[in-house]
Amino acid sequence: MIEKTVKIINKAGLHTRPAATIVKLASKYKCEFYIAKDGLNINGKSIIGVMTLAAEMGSELILTFDGEDEQLACNEITDFFGRGFDEP
Amino acid sequence: MKTFKQVYNDADNKVHGIAAAPGIVIGKVYLFTKEKLEINDSEVTNVEEAKSDLEEALKQSKKELTKVFSIAREKMDATRSAIFEAQLMILDDPVLLKSIEERIEKEKRQPEYVVFDEITKYQDIMKHSREAYINERAHDIDDIKNRIIRNLQKKRWQSRITKDTIVVSDMLTPADTLLLSRSNVKGFVTDHGGLTSHAAIISRSLNIPAVVGTHDITKHIKENDTIIVDGFHGYVLINPTKEQKEFFTSKFEHLVELQKGLEEFKDKPALTKDGREILLYANVDVSGEIDVVVTSGANGIGLYRTEQILEELSEFPTEDEQVKIYSNLSSRIYPNILTIRAFDIGGDKFRLSESTEANPFLGLRGIRLLLENPSLFRTQIRAVLKASQNRNIRFMLPMVSTIMEIKKAKAIIHECEEELKKENCSFDRHFKMGIMVEVPAAAVMTKEFSKEVDFLSIGTNDLIQYLMAVDRGNDLVSDLYQEFSPAVLRTIYHILTAAKESKKEVSFCGEMAADTLAIPLLVGLGATSLSMSPATIPYAKRIIRYLNYEHAKQLAQDCLNCTNEVEVIRLIEKFFKDHSITRTRQII
Repeated sequence: MIEKTVKIINKAGLHTRPAATIVKLASKYKCEFYIAKDGLNINGKSIIGVMTLAAEMGSELILTFDGEDEQLACNEITDFFGRGFDEP
Repeated sequence: MKTFKQVYNDADNKVHGIAAAPGIVIGKVYLFTKEKLEINDSEVTNVEEAKSDLEEALKQSKKELTKVFSIAREKMDATRSAIFEAQLMILDDPVLLKSIEERIEKEKRQPEYVVFDEITKYQDIMKHSREAYINERAHDIDDIKNRIIRNLQKKRWQSRITKDTIVVSDMLTPADTLLLSRSNVKGFVTDHGGLTSHAAIISRSLNIPAVVGTHDITKHIKENDTIIVDGFHGYVLINPTKEQKEFFTSKFEHLVELQKGLEEFKDKPALTKDGREILLYANVDVSGEIDVVVTSGANGIGLYRTEQILEELSEFPTEDEQVKIYSNLSSRIYPNILTIRAFDIGGDKFRLSESTEANPFLGLRGIRLLLENPSLFRTQIRAVLKASQNRNIRFMLPMVSTIMEIKKAKAIIHECEEELKKENCSFDRHFKMGIMVEVPAAAVMTKEFSKEVDFLSIGTNDLIQYLMAVDRGNDLVSDLYQEFSPAVLRTIYHILTAAKESKKEVSFCGEMAADTLAIPLLVGLGATSLSMSPATIPYAKRIIRYLNYEHAKQLAQDCLNCTNEVEVIRLIEKFFKDHSITRTRQII
């Protein structure tokens, strides 16, 4: 299992478009993927779940990956966070 | 024998509304109300069936959303399109679907209840978030939640409608009417809606008696009550007495005979006594109607409302699908003409933008919407052109208000023709294009507009609505929707006169063309072609064959000089009496 803390760096925060992209990225992998914030632990492959997360610029999320392809999933998804969801 | 008037005067079980589609029918009530989304929490006996219903409802919801998305894509901003995409993804959400299925299995509850409860849980989390934008998401999710539930309920409703049912509803959308008509419904009664609401139009074209705009019949009626629907006079009798039943049974038999009598007109032209021929075309809403058109003795199809394809198919039709539909109609009606009207859809229906329009009837609809969504428009134009090989198809633009719209549309049609030439596709090289005259601005500018096009068609429904500034679906003001207002007559006369100068054909395709009272007047004003629901063609033909054009002309001149609608109607009624022409309403 891998655990990673990521920071929201784009202005608009985790809005619907990046939420959809994260779920799509996660769905490509077999491993389990969870996002923890404010006491909620949300399955990252569930769009309706990810949409309940309030994450404005500057907030931190804990990502966990568990399964055979966890390293690949972790790389791609943390990279997407790192790029600020390709947004300003 | 009593008259209708006496029967209704004596009746204390009557409800009055607007006579929307002719015919008389007796049957059991099926109440179809949807103002509030009520969730059924009963137990399910067959879990497998419940699960497959859920799967079907998800599939249907996906189709609907994809359709909206494909129409709206070009107009949507990034936020709205992300919300659409997220809604689509929710329909595939593995976590959500798994918990819904598990609960249906374990708790044996209606899928609609479980869907409601599961999605509401997520919405509650969103509503309690300290971030405002997350609170708003709860609303976005409402849309998808209600869509799935509606589709689940439709399935339940359909299974409960039996053959002899009369559907009583607060309001029917075109999609509901179509759905219900497939289940052999015998009649329709609604609280809301006017003569020209879609439910009324579709009832007429499917030949199902209907009374609309009763205000509150759903409050006086229970499921399984027996009712009589009189679509000629606009009355409904709830749990009729023995005497009432007998009266209507005899009228019903009389009606069947009358219809047989009308058949003799089928192969005769609509010729006035002094030899003026009026072409009678059919309005077609659903492609299944073509059989009625062929047997009605119509001179062709004067209006094919293609937006109904969107109601029939849940997905947006591809070019190939459209080619198939248009070619089929074109061949069936050949050598007569088929007039295809471009999609007349409003932005309100498809939520094209973040903000809903305050006045959708004055907003993005008809040609305005098509020009804003060129790929949608081009797909249709290419399909119509490809289907035009029989050379009997012409194409018509809805809601035109400026000459620029005509010029822009013509340029797009020209581009599509060039494309097809390059692709070596054959099509009618003398393809005819016309416009609807339904916006007062177009009526005023008829002379100039008609130079740009091959033909014109007066859409009386919208023309009257815009001219009188009245919403025809709003029964609070629908009495201002006056077909016989001198303002309407003078406008029509202006259009006909202006188009005559440029020698362009003008036809009528609104409900007015099918009103037996209006026919002598329209003929007298100079109309040479009328388009109407196929079922009403024999009635119109009968009237025209009793008419004398010279007399009708005099009637029209007299009516043009009137100051109000009442005077006009009085003159026309006197005309019918003086020339001993009986109207259908008086015959039965």
